[in-house]
Amino acid sequence: MTYPRKHLLAIEGLEPPHIADLLDLAESYALLNRSGKTQRDLLKGRTLINLFFEDSTRTRTSFELAGKRLGADVINMSVSTSSVNKGETLLDTASTLNAMHCDLLVVRHGQSGAPSLLSQKVDAAVINAGDGTHEHPTQALLDALTIRRHKGRLEGLIVAICGDIAHSRVARSNMHLLTTMGSRVRVVGPPTLIPAEAARLGVEVFHDMKAGLAGADVVMMLRLQRERMSGGMVPSAREFFRFYGLDAEKLAYAKPDSIVMHPGPMNRGVEIDSAVADHPTRSVIGEQVEMGVACRMAVLDVLARGLRRNV
Amino acid sequence: MADTFITHARLLDPASGLDAPGALLIRDGLIADCGAGLTGPEGATVVDAGGACLAPGLIDLRANLGEPGAEHRETIASAAQAAAAGGITTICVLPDTDPALDDPALISFITRRGEATGSVALLPYGSATSGCAGKELAEFGLLRAAGAIAFTDGVRAIASARTMRLALSYARAFGAFIVQHPEEPSLASGGAATEGELATRLGLPGITPAAEAMMVARDIALARITGGHVHFAHVSTAAALDLIRAAKAEGLAVTCDTAPPYFDLNETAIGDYRSYAKLSPPLRTEADRQAVVAALADGTIDAIASDHQPRDADDKRLPFAQAEAGGAGLATLLGVTLARVHAGDLPVLTALGLLTVRPATLLDLPQGRLAKGAPADLVLFHPDRGWKVEAGKLPGKAQNSPFDGRALEGRVLGTWKAGRRVFGG
Repeated sequence: MTYPRKHLLAIEGLEPPHIADLLDLAESYALLNRSGKTQRDLLKGRTLINLFFEDSTRTRTSFELAGKRLGADVINMSVSTSSVNKGETLLDTASTLNAMHCDLLVVRHGQSGAPSLLSQKVDAAVINAGDGTHEHPTQALLDALTIRRHKGRLEGLIVAICGDIAHSRVARSNMHLLTTMGSRVRVVGPPTLIPAEAARLGVEVFHDMKAGLAGADVVMMLRLQRERMSGGMVPSAREFFRFYGLDAEKLAYAKPDSIVMHPGPMNRGVEIDSAVADHPTRSVIGEQVEMGVACRMAVLDVLARGLRRNV
Repeated sequence: MADTFITHARLLDPASGLDAPGALLIRDGLIADCGAGLTGPEGATVVDAGGACLAPGLIDLRANLGEPGAEHRETIASAAQAAAAGGITTICVLPDTDPALDDPALISFITRRGEATGSVALLPYGSATSGCAGKELAEFGLLRAAGAIAFTDGVRAIASARTMRLALSYARAFGAFIVQHPEEPSLASGGAATEGELATRLGLPGITPAAEAMMVARDIALARITGGHVHFAHVSTAAALDLIRAAKAEGLAVTCDTAPPYFDLNETAIGDYRSYAKLSPPLRTEADRQAVVAALADGTIDAIASDHQPRDADDKRLPFAQAEAGGAGLATLLGVTLARVHAGDLPVLTALGLLTVRPATLLDLPQGRLAKGAPADLVLFHPDRGWKVEAGKLPGKAQNSPFDGRALEGRVLGTWKAGRRVFGG
């Protein structure tokens, strides 16, 4: 098992063997979880703190479950984002956490780079659970594992990531991971929701959904934040759904055995039609959640091996 | 005061093109004589320069000094220390303070505070609009009479084309120019880095570099119809410099400055969310940096300013997009400029001219030249002696240098203000 860093702050910069090893380990945890067994001695005596500056039930619960299945003491801290000076809270929190001798720190924050800043101030290994519009590395790992389980590989697959690419940390982490592993990544959305110089990240840019989905092995939908519409980047939900929402008609352009993914929570009728989201064979949205726990177990396991302090 | 005789110097005077060994005599705060073959009068204090460079004291075309209103970041006294250590003898002070310099009494206040330092003259800008709020014009006539050198809203762009037109037009009556922060606010608002691949990778809200050229184009058009003089501050993009170059060729009253970060650093300095490199305008691509260097060399840029914007740790130790923009620049102005000389991009007299006679000409000041009868504002520096920029160890209060960790060649050995030695010795 190779993992070169103390923290997991981003997918960008990881090399194919690092990612492949993490996915292999996660796969073994997925099997373990299905068997109903646990490994509660692995992180015994370790403290994992879930530090969430943004609300999230799904990701926080997933990390909590992962930590508990490996035997860590898990503490959830939600920090109000309404306080006047968020940054001061961030670094104040860092010194508090150091005093608590936290081993593994899972951070979600509304600002890009906040986990990186925190990692410079805390002794714990930091796991980025989503920072602003930067990255969400464990989401990309769980997406890759889900794809690999269905397609047997990542290399050479055509993956279409659709919707609000510009404001999506999920999209960024997935672009980095999938291009690193040799997938052919397309990003599909209106020009106002595609980030500047996206092609420089090694992806193909499409503004027409049907062209973007043509021949795709994987269709990955993203959540459209409601405030993007008030910000004028998209005129209305109904127009967005008409041109960029995933329904059966548009999905027909992808390969017949293509899978449909969504990081959740879904806006049904905005970016995805219920008939597609709930499709019994094409939709793997439920499995993504399952793989999320397995991937987070793998990440906690690997980072805990690098911790100096013995327990 | 006894005469001072500086001998064994390499005299560098961009105004006359002089670059030769010689000596300089200071008497009554003025340069009494300079050149080769001088002998010092009886009783003069003799300074042996040991072959180091003697040049006019630097004139910094734009700096924020923290006063009034942000004394926790910098004070005029602490900035004066940094200036003296950096060879700066004149600072043009930005008016977007709290309160803004939009009242004649505040203009006099800054001037007097400068006199009290005894080491650096402070020349205040007046606010272009009341409170630097971009609405009503400030009292240009009264502010000018009180000593305002020109008018600007500092780092706030004068957003309304109508207000800018009125300002350019009205300022003509008082022989003043208007300094614009060239950035279209509706495109720049909320941005933290230059839009492009790096900002996309870092997930930072981007500002298109076109926001600069767009504002420059608009204001050149307004200068053309008003006959007013517009000066663009900290110009940082090739597109804006091309527009300024063309406007100058057309004969319009258009001038500009830039600041060391824009010819020494590019956007990669913000990698890993380094907030000390968060500036306004943001650091640009390498191609834009090279365009700034070319515009320094060909004369399109009229001055290099420190663009000193003091920030404290609480302003900077934040997630990048929330951190305040701005860098400390007084102590590093000369060293970073000389780096372009050492790199072979600029002749030494061209580089020094951008810090001395060219801003002096723009402001119609007698300083900035080694000439008989000129004020004895001088800097003595060793062009090759190395030092390292270390935030936390810089002179003055503000430590937020974007050049933290940068090795520089060019060390100030002495600074004289109106004939009095204020640094070194």
